[in-house]
Amino acid sequence: MQKKLQVEAIEQGSVIDHIPAQQGVKILKFFKFTQTKEKITIGLNLATHNGESKDLIKIENTFFNDQQANQLALFAPNATINQIKDFKVVNKFQVQLPSSFIGVLACPNSNCISHNEPVQTRFYVLQKNTLKLKCHYCEKSFERGTFDELD
Amino acid sequence: MNNPLYQKNIISIADLSRSDLELILQTAHSLKQTPQPELLKNKVIASCFFEASTRTRLSFETAVQRLGGSVIGFDSGGNTSLAQKGETLADSVKIIASYADAFFMRHPQEGAARLASEFTSIPVINGGDGSNQHPTQTLLDLFTIYETQATLDNLNIAFVGDLKYGRTVHSLAQALSLFNCNFYFISPEALAMPDYILEELKERNINFSLHSSIEDVVDDLDILYMTRVQKERFDETEYQHMKSAFLLNADMLNNVRDNLKVLHPLPRIDEINIDVDETPYAYYFQQAQNGVFARQALLALLLTNHFQANA
Repeated sequence: MQKKLQVEAIEQGSVIDHIPAQQGVKILKFFKFTQTKEKITIGLNLATHNGESKDLIKIENTFFNDQQANQLALFAPNATINQIKDFKVVNKFQVQLPSSFIGVLACPNSNCISHNEPVQTRFYVLQKNTLKLKCHYCEKSFERGTFDELD
Repeated sequence: MNNPLYQKNIISIADLSRSDLELILQTAHSLKQTPQPELLKNKVIASCFFEASTRTRLSFETAVQRLGGSVIGFDSGGNTSLAQKGETLADSVKIIASYADAFFMRHPQEGAARLASEFTSIPVINGGDGSNQHPTQTLLDLFTIYETQATLDNLNIAFVGDLKYGRTVHSLAQALSLFNCNFYFISPEALAMPDYILEELKERNINFSLHSSIEDVVDDLDILYMTRVQKERFDETEYQHMKSAFLLNADMLNNVRDNLKVLHPLPRIDEINIDVDETPYAYYFQQAQNGVFARQALLALLLTNHFQANA
């Protein structure tokens, strides 16, 4: 029964799977899905076959471009995106961590000049496995857990 | 031949390659030997200190004037419209840069110089951005080491004191890692070199070791780079107990190499006893003077495409 609920088909849209537990709600907020009128189904803390928990998001009539898919990697580096048309998966791909993130994250360094000036923040990916990012401006490095997303 | 630094920005030491660094050092050497009092004639250089600094500002403004250029600017951000009217740094830079041929700045926030360079097409030189970078200090340090050792390759270099918070030692170690030097880091445990610097050195296969006293290694050194251990980071008893391991006096230099030079970014407090000043190893005052030549070299290279250093 649980498995059936997880894979319930949508006619057209996207299914984001393999989101680490606790990250699903952050993704909804980040992509402003909380403000859309499209039908969204979310699954939180779903069981996986290896015993861990995952989140899952299905959203109708919405597709991710490459940049959005890459931004998803900030929250879910191993996520897959299924594109659905006429109830069928027409494309399935894994998100790719980009080499930099522009205008997405606020610098955790409160004395970084990027907070007060008319510029987009920019971070370079230093380490993919621990997701360590370096600020283009203050040159300080931080792990993913220390970041807040920009509104 | 065109010089690769013409019209470039000097923001972070990591932006400079080994050949860029060598070009700057050769140019500094040349300008020290052969002054060029007309090189920047008719050039106007903005010297903008959004945060006060004495040595860096005077050294930089001397460098401009020794090359025949003129200086506009301010020595404390408190009097600027940026501070008083809330103007953004981006707007301030756009305006000031429209008056000048190059822009030298110090600012209390990290990243300020990088940001400034994105809002002007004239070269920006970072004179210190918060706790981040101070590349002209690193260049004068490199020049002093090069001048006293005739090379930067394969030297034994010890850094002593506050290695945790000192941006000077971080940048210098990063720059010297391009020259395969051996490093000895001597500090109280609480002020040890940060892990991220040690990781970078490991990735570059640089030899380094950690020590708790100067005397452990001083006899093997080519350069002893002293920094101040800030008293306020310790309680009084703790400070008195540990400071002797990180203070240098002339007696400790009895068996050192002839070519050893003791450097310090200054100001010193008591970490170098004044009896060291009279030894042939003391070189920190010449080091401070070299700041003028290192900054002249940058100005010459950024503003004149065909400047030829006399090797």
